[in-house]
Amino acid sequence: MNILVCVKRVPDIGARIDLTEDRQAITTKNLGFCISPHEECAVEEAIQLVEKHGGQATVLTLGPADAEEQLRDCLARGIDRGILIETDQPEWDSRETATALAEVIRSEADKEPFDLILFGNESADSTGCQVGIRVAHHLNLPCVASVKKLQIGDGDATASREVDTGWEVFSLPMPALITVKEGINLPRYPSLRGTMKAKKKPVDRLSADKIGASLKMQQLVHPPEQKKEVDMLGEGSAAASRIVEVFKALEVI
Amino acid sequence: MILGVIEYEQSTMTELSLQMVTFGRDLAEKSGDEFVGLIIGASDNAPLIGELGRYGVAKVITAAHENLKDYAPVAWANTISQVIDQTQAKMVMAPGSDQGNEVMAHLAARSDLPMATNCAAVSADDLSRITRLRWGSSLMEEAILTGDCKLITIAPFVVEAAEGASHAEPAEESFEPTLSDQDIQVRLIRKEPDETEGITLKNASVVVGGGRGVGSPEAYSVLEELAKLLGGAVGCSRVATNNGWRPHSDQVGLTGTRISPELYIACGISGAIQHLVGCKGAGKIMVINKDPEAAFFGKADYGVIGDLHEVLPAIIEELKAQGV
Ligand SMILES: Cc1cc2nc3c(=O)[nH]c(=O)nc-3n(C[C@H](O)[C@H](O)[C@H](O)COP(=O)(O)OP(=O)(O)OC[C@H]3O[C@@H](n4cnc5c(N)ncnc54)[C@H](O)[C@@H]3O)c2cc1C
Ligand SMILES: Cc1cc2nc3c(=O)[nH]c(=O)nc-3n(C[C@H](O)[C@H](O)[C@H](O)COP(=O)(O)OP(=O)(O)OC[C@H]3O[C@@H](n4cnc5c(N)ncnc54)[C@H](O)[C@@H]3O)c2cc1C
Repeated sequence: MNILVCVKRVPDIGARIDLTEDRQAITTKNLGFCISPHEECAVEEAIQLVEKHGGQATVLTLGPADAEEQLRDCLARGIDRGILIETDQPEWDSRETATALAEVIRSEADKEPFDLILFGNESADSTGCQVGIRVAHHLNLPCVASVKKLQIGDGDATASREVDTGWEVFSLPMPALITVKEGINLPRYPSLRGTMKAKKKPVDRLSADKIGASLKMQQLVHPPEQKKEVDMLGEGSAAASRIVEVFKALEVI
Repeated sequence: MILGVIEYEQSTMTELSLQMVTFGRDLAEKSGDEFVGLIIGASDNAPLIGELGRYGVAKVITAAHENLKDYAPVAWANTISQVIDQTQAKMVMAPGSDQGNEVMAHLAARSDLPMATNCAAVSADDLSRITRLRWGSSLMEEAILTGDCKLITIAPFVVEAAEGASHAEPAEESFEPTLSDQDIQVRLIRKEPDETEGITLKNASVVVGGGRGVGSPEAYSVLEELAKLLGGAVGCSRVATNNGWRPHSDQVGLTGTRISPELYIACGISGAIQHLVGCKGAGKIMVINKDPEAAFFGKADYGVIGDLHEVLPAIIEELKAQGV
């Protein structure tokens, strides 16, 4: 199988987010960078499918030069090759991102067609939930979003997603595009050996045209703080009797 | 006109759909537009129309077609697109669920329009001014949404579902879209019910959650014992899932399950934003953490400072002593 995974470099935030003075971005001075949880699972899924069916996996990102760090991390986990669409322009909206990705995927597929293209369901920072589906339309590929179980058959795939009452099961012909949700697998961490090998794996650098934003961010703001008045019940095991009183008051026992 | 795409399961509207209708109806009232509900492919429209009436919606469009019998994202999107053409809707909204986001993304892609997911507010004076949630609702983005028809999804739980001030007897208009078999190339082939029986994370009235502080998979046995005594279920943080201590189905949070028990007891969990969004629906939150500075205390109703490996056994002992 020839598999492509799309990932995005995002800041690795903690319990607090600080904004830049102009409110256009978050302060990343003291932060590391990573890819989003759903994308980690997409990468893992690609590696597992290649382990099972043979073939190769490629990882693609649109981002700054530094996004090579995230590509190398994916290569260290077991992806074979990276492609970086390098840009120094920060404000690509989902529509522009999808157009640029689709362009590159099309020309890569001309060399060797992809059987499966994997995306995250949504990015951790922007939560657009749409880049994958937009790319599917550009490339005229069948697509299912929010997938938590994937089975590859002979020329087709079965994809399931979770709903309140159980699972929805979809069938789709291959080649196909799937957007993945955390829980589909347990992503591995890169091994030391993997990290060494990743240094020698190829990363191609390309560029792309920006078509013009249609969802225009004005500014970022913090939501109003909702602090609660906490009732401290005590310290250590001595608190047990008061805790049980609370259970009674709440009628959970 | 503002169009709301109704999501339903077995002839009842989903909770997120009710929230979206509440949001859309109130927005339309302020902006002076008409709010119209769009029901696609329902085998029985009557109960849904009745429900929309109680929510104060005066007009409903019901779309029916051979190819809408089973949910198919492209067929759904194509149907909405044709309804927009016919009605000249200014805005289309759907609940910010997997299905809502999926359908709207297909609609946005095929019509080459921008789409704003996870919206928390829309200006009634200018429907292009929206506020959306990012970073698992820890940041809000104010943005301008261009395009003739504004496509948005409503972030879960930003408004509480509320019936209309006056109940309506909605006018029903049926619509038959033109669809091809290409539109159902990807479609729902079956539903599989949840195999897990009894108390689950989603329906438990008490959830005992454990994070990094639990320390090992074995140490969850204490949490399980407490959960059992309280008739509840065990949950966990993403650190526990990533370490392979618990299955992902136990994870509470943004990329896990959103829970709504009467009581959530969070043990050895720091209170990261992405975890908090998963337990916003809890009636009361009790936090047990050895670090008095843990962020979770600021979001809790009850707090206990201490080592969970001491506190939990003490609670169990106390419960047993009282004959629970
Ligand atoms: C360097 C950089 C800085 C940015 N800064 C800002 C900013 O300050 N403010 C702002 O509003 N927007 C910014 N953006 C744009 C924004 O963060 C998103 O990249 C863009 O809008 C894509 O939409 P999304 O993240 O909502 O995607 P979603 O639709 O939520 O993403 C779904 C999936 O699409 C794939 N995907 C998304 N983006 C990319 C990508 N770039 N490359 C490869 N695959 C991808 C991933 O698999 C992801 O899981 C920036 C983008 C870049 C590259
Ligand atoms: C896009 C995205 C999505 C995410 N989705 C989720 C999600 O769905 N769910 C989720 O949980 N996280 C999610 N996360 C991760 C989240 O940001 C945190 O990393 C995670 O919740 C931290 O888990 P934790 O609280 O167990 O660990 P930590 O943050 O390390 O906290 C451990 C806590 O345990 C306390 N402790 C340690 N030992 C003891 C002891 N013996 N007794 C009592 N207390 C003790 C410590 O004081 C500390 O407060 C997501 C992150 C991102 C970027």
